[in-house]
Amino acid sequence: MVQMEYYLIVSTIMMFIGIYGFLTRRNLLAMLISVELILNSVDINFVVFNRFLFPGQLEGFFFSLFAIGISAAETAVAIAIIINIYRNMKNIQVKNLDKMKW
Amino acid sequence: MEYTILILLLPFLSFILIGLLGTRLKPTAAGVFGTVVTGITAILSYWTAFSYFGAGRNAEGIYPQQIPWNAEWLPFGGNLHIDLGILLDPISVMMLVVITTVSFMVHIYSFGYMKGETGFQRYYSFLSLFTMSMLGLVVATNIFQMYIFWELVGVSSYLLIGFYYTRKEAVAASKKAFIVTRFADLGFLIGILIYGFYTGSFSFTPDAAVIGTAKVFLPLALGLMFIGGAGKSAMFPLHIWLPDAMEGPTPVSALIHAATMVVAGVYLVARMFPLFIGYAPEVLHITAYVGAFTALYAAVVACVQSDIKRVLAFSTISQIGFMIVSLGVCTSSDPHAGGLGYMASMFHLFTHAMFKALLFLGAGCIIHAVHSNEMSAMGGLRKYMPVTHITFLVACLAIAGIWPLSGFFSKDEILAACFRFSPVMGWVMTFIAGLTAFYMFRLYYNIFWGKENKELHAEHKPHEAPATMTVPLVFLAAVTLLAGWIPFGEFVSSNGQAYHIHIDWNVAATSLCVAAAGIGIATWMYLREDRKVATGLATRFSGLYKAAYRRFYIDEIYQFVTHRIIFACISTPIAWFDRHVVDGFMNLLAWISNKLSWLIKGMQSGNVQRYGIWFLGGALGLTIVLLLI
Repeated sequence: MVQMEYYLIVSTIMMFIGIYGFLTRRNLLAMLISVELILNSVDINFVVFNRFLFPGQLEGFFFSLFAIGISAAETAVAIAIIINIYRNMKNIQVKNLDKMKW
Repeated sequence: MEYTILILLLPFLSFILIGLLGTRLKPTAAGVFGTVVTGITAILSYWTAFSYFGAGRNAEGIYPQQIPWNAEWLPFGGNLHIDLGILLDPISVMMLVVITTVSFMVHIYSFGYMKGETGFQRYYSFLSLFTMSMLGLVVATNIFQMYIFWELVGVSSYLLIGFYYTRKEAVAASKKAFIVTRFADLGFLIGILIYGFYTGSFSFTPDAAVIGTAKVFLPLALGLMFIGGAGKSAMFPLHIWLPDAMEGPTPVSALIHAATMVVAGVYLVARMFPLFIGYAPEVLHITAYVGAFTALYAAVVACVQSDIKRVLAFSTISQIGFMIVSLGVCTSSDPHAGGLGYMASMFHLFTHAMFKALLFLGAGCIIHAVHSNEMSAMGGLRKYMPVTHITFLVACLAIAGIWPLSGFFSKDEILAACFRFSPVMGWVMTFIAGLTAFYMFRLYYNIFWGKENKELHAEHKPHEAPATMTVPLVFLAAVTLLAGWIPFGEFVSSNGQAYHIHIDWNVAATSLCVAAAGIGIATWMYLREDRKVATGLATRFSGLYKAAYRRFYIDEIYQFVTHRIIFACISTPIAWFDRHVVDGFMNLLAWISNKLSWLIKGMQSGNVQRYGIWFLGGALGLTIVLLLI
């Protein structure tokens, strides 16, 4: 039986990969994927905590399902925004998106 | 007597209605409404006076004070509270009659005088406002209510002086009137506060027990209150606003600046008379000297003015001086022993209101006819305006103090009171009475006799005023003829007991002789067309003549003191301090925040990943902080 800590290590690594990707990728799509990684690491945490700490209850599972649903919607919105940015600027480089400032 | 509240509410209602409807109301409708309301107010006042004096004296032989309405308006904790209410006693009832009578006459008169003016509705609404405030002032139950209405009459006076607000002189005059009286009212307010603080009440007649401790401060408080009264009543040196106030429409001058508002100071002193006589007789005597000097100064200046309204304005100042003197020379509250002046002052207030309103309204008719205030445009008008001529003559004789007109009786009582105080005061006031006769008849002859200004009159033939203007004249002239026979002492006296007026024929004969001499000299100098004597004297004493014509340079002195000393030496440095130090400090703060924001605005770069780093760093920082504590 795999220990709970291993799952947590995997989710932590995923989380930091996601953060690193979010901060360093130059492409909006890659940044979106990084955000998804962060979300998925959280989902893993939910499931793992429910499975090991509160067996016989279902809140954690349901919450992770809920978060997957939300992230699907969020992805759809984000993709739509990115498509629109592409139509306007002919690229999706994040460094070009600095119009919204002082 | 609960209906007396209507005396205040009706003019207020009229003010609100006419004021709000404004030009949506036809001018005639506004005028009729205001006049009818004032007429009803006058009838109510007469009825009040009739039932008040008809109710008779109480066991102590005085007309009891009545307070039909009184409401606590503003409590201060302790016993100190400001009330609003209605107080009826002999002098307030007398003032109700005077104010509503003159106001009603002026309302009727204004129909003719203000006909066709723009702002006719505004004029009538302000007249109503003034009537309401003045009535509220006289029926005030306490000194603070008096102060509130005191300021309200100040405002209505300001509004009406500046009625022709497109004329620069009128605007300046209204500002001057407001600022000067407001400045004096500062003294009044401080006096009230001292009074309220030490006696613990704003009542006119506080308990003797309370006063025991406050005795020391009463002279100060009363003296400061008199400064307020001196401002409103145009006592020297605060008189400078009244001659300029003549820029307002003439009926307004008659109502506000001759008959009612300017005697508010006299009324104030009369109202506080028990306190003055009981605790501060020396302050009362100071007011007498101020009044006497003012009377003399104004009479001298009135002798050489060429604008007829200015002459009347200075004559008003002089006559108010008489009233103040008369109050000031009182030495006890017993009318038989030194308290005669109180009755005399109130009597003169009453008669003066009538004949001075008459003089101003007559002057209004004349100005209406020749379209000028200057004497040079007049002369020989008696042929054109018989009614105005006769009524004006009646008023001139009354103010000069000729038997049997009302002015004779009241002035005689004043002079008798002055002679009882000190012979010097008596002779000085008698001399001023002679001057009064002189300048009034100089005015009379210059307007109605003498050389006619043919050029001007050919161009525009003078004509008698319409009936709306002459009827008030005739009415007021009738009052002036008869008012002297009112047994005034039966109604008003310093301690409330009945006082039977008996003419002191020594004094009366002297004053009659002096008045006759004044009239005689004026006749000799001004009746003939060449005016040899008058011009001769004017050139002989040209320095004095010029000084008097320029009102002894009091306005110039004010100008100098305010502009050269106060503005230049005090206000300018303070303004500099404000502009540079206070504002500079604020500008410095603004400058610093501006620069700081330039420094840190780079943080908002628009770069999402940069924000992510800030967010992450912040979250981490917060976590560390939370972990550490």
